[in-house]
Amino acid sequence: MESENHIIQAKEITKMFGQKIAVDRVSFYVKKGEIFSFLGPNGAGKTTTIRMLTALLVPDNGQIVIDGIDISKHPVQAKLRIGVIPETSNIYADLTARQNITLSGRFYGLAGKKLKAKIDELLDKLGLYNHRDDTVKTFSKGMKQKLNIASSIIHDPPILFLDEPTSGLDIQSQRLIRAIIKDMNAGGTTVFLTTHNIEEANLLCERICIINNGRIAAVDTPEKLKRTFQKTQSVEIALRSQVSGQVFAHQQLVERIEKLGDKWKLYTADPDKLIKHLVSLAKEQNLTITSLQTCSASLEDAFLELTKDRSYAGSEIK
Amino acid sequence: MKLNNLFIRSIAVVTEKNIRIYYTKAPVIIFGLLFPLFIFLAFYLGREVDLRSFFPGLLAMSLFFTASSVGPLITPWEKQAGTYERLLSFPVSVNTIILGDIAAGMIFGLTINMVVLVTGLVFFNYAAHFVTLVLAMIVASFCFSSLGVLLASPSVRSPSHIMMFSSLIRFPLIFISGVLIPLEKLTGAGRFLAYFSPVTYLVDLFNSALVQKSYLPVPLSWSILIVFGLIFLFLSRKLHQRNLLKGL
Repeated sequence: MESENHIIQAKEITKMFGQKIAVDRVSFYVKKGEIFSFLGPNGAGKTTTIRMLTALLVPDNGQIVIDGIDISKHPVQAKLRIGVIPETSNIYADLTARQNITLSGRFYGLAGKKLKAKIDELLDKLGLYNHRDDTVKTFSKGMKQKLNIASSIIHDPPILFLDEPTSGLDIQSQRLIRAIIKDMNAGGTTVFLTTHNIEEANLLCERICIINNGRIAAVDTPEKLKRTFQKTQSVEIALRSQVSGQVFAHQQLVERIEKLGDKWKLYTADPDKLIKHLVSLAKEQNLTITSLQTCSASLEDAFLELTKDRSYAGSEIK
Repeated sequence: MKLNNLFIRSIAVVTEKNIRIYYTKAPVIIFGLLFPLFIFLAFYLGREVDLRSFFPGLLAMSLFFTASSVGPLITPWEKQAGTYERLLSFPVSVNTIILGDIAAGMIFGLTINMVVLVTGLVFFNYAAHFVTLVLAMIVASFCFSSLGVLLASPSVRSPSHIMMFSSLIRFPLIFISGVLIPLEKLTGAGRFLAYFSPVTYLVDLFNSALVQKSYLPVPLSWSILIVFGLIFLFLSRKLHQRNLLKGL
């Protein structure tokens, strides 16, 4: 796992709270310039892991290396190389947008014209320039999150940690924040993202680490994770008339039936045979098919399988 | 960037943040300014009190309340507002945050009480020993501000709980000290208890600097105030570190 290209390395990190193991011997790495996602259900250990990676919590065991720096030995130097957007974090409501970013910048040694120019650039980019001298208490949740991001990237960190960055935001704000993440990444920033939004991880990330009950279930690219679960392919069918799901029951071909609005989703190991069966069934029962399509396994399917406490036989397995 | 520079700069940034945000908060105004004023009025009105000889005690009480009123508010306020985790994510350590909080309390206490001191000097025409006076104010404001930061260490998110808790500690320290009754007039248990309040030693130092009359040896009062301050600082560091992420 040792490599100069690995900007984040977690080696067998463990964290316990009393008798409860929150993170259990977790190891992974993040490559320089990558967007890496930590995906898991609530209580899986995502926030505890990100707090250890950002030096807020000290692991009980294991080692974390950030950009070549052992974080337990030199936490402040490691923090200089990262930007963090914590899940529960907020900016100072009594300060203005500009004052908040100035405060952040000064912690990283920025000052004077350089800082002012950088702040103006960020505020403009995030659509907050006209609100630069307004106190944050008048801001919407989306505006606060944009300012939160601006405060975290004012020093152009080589690594950016985001803990559930789009949680609770409207669609426009979510898109803008994803665009900023992509933009930062295009400029060379490594992004470590925790989320329980599977679609977000699918859209943004080059590799995804799925964590469950404090342990890593899988680390791989979204497409490889999906391909591992090809057996859970499905066929979606919509008919002109209303029918019972029992019509599609077939012991050998159909593993599971789900109703999705006016459609039926039939899970199968052999979509080809199932389609042929459905066409002949429709003909026999005089039913009109309005739509019929095959669906590959989604990342959601992979996630659900992996978080069922079953072992995974992927390329990077824990 | 050198780590020493980073450390000092971060303390300055934390201090500035605290000054901007917390000096005008209602609990600071109420517990830091109004309470000592009302205690003074309750003690003074309707009684024949020689204000000139009472002024050193009044100044000590005022410095105690003002310097120790900012610290208890900051951490619980930040935990409740959700800004504490962000603060911790900056390149700072617990030491930086604690020293920034202490500095904010000291500056608040010193600024307000410089006004009180100048007023007293103008009205009562003391032949003051200024070096002792100013040094006593600086050392005592460090000691009291450290106590304030220590009082913020329990892991609660509610500032009102901490302010109540801090009053529970701060008021007895005033009542058992030599502020309201001079140390030489206290006897038995009263005098014994007075030695447990850091305010007692500041009153004695102010008496020495303003009216050239002290009950305890001046070097002893200096030493005890410094030791109190260092104990408060040490305990603050320990307890804040232990409760760092509790209540987030």
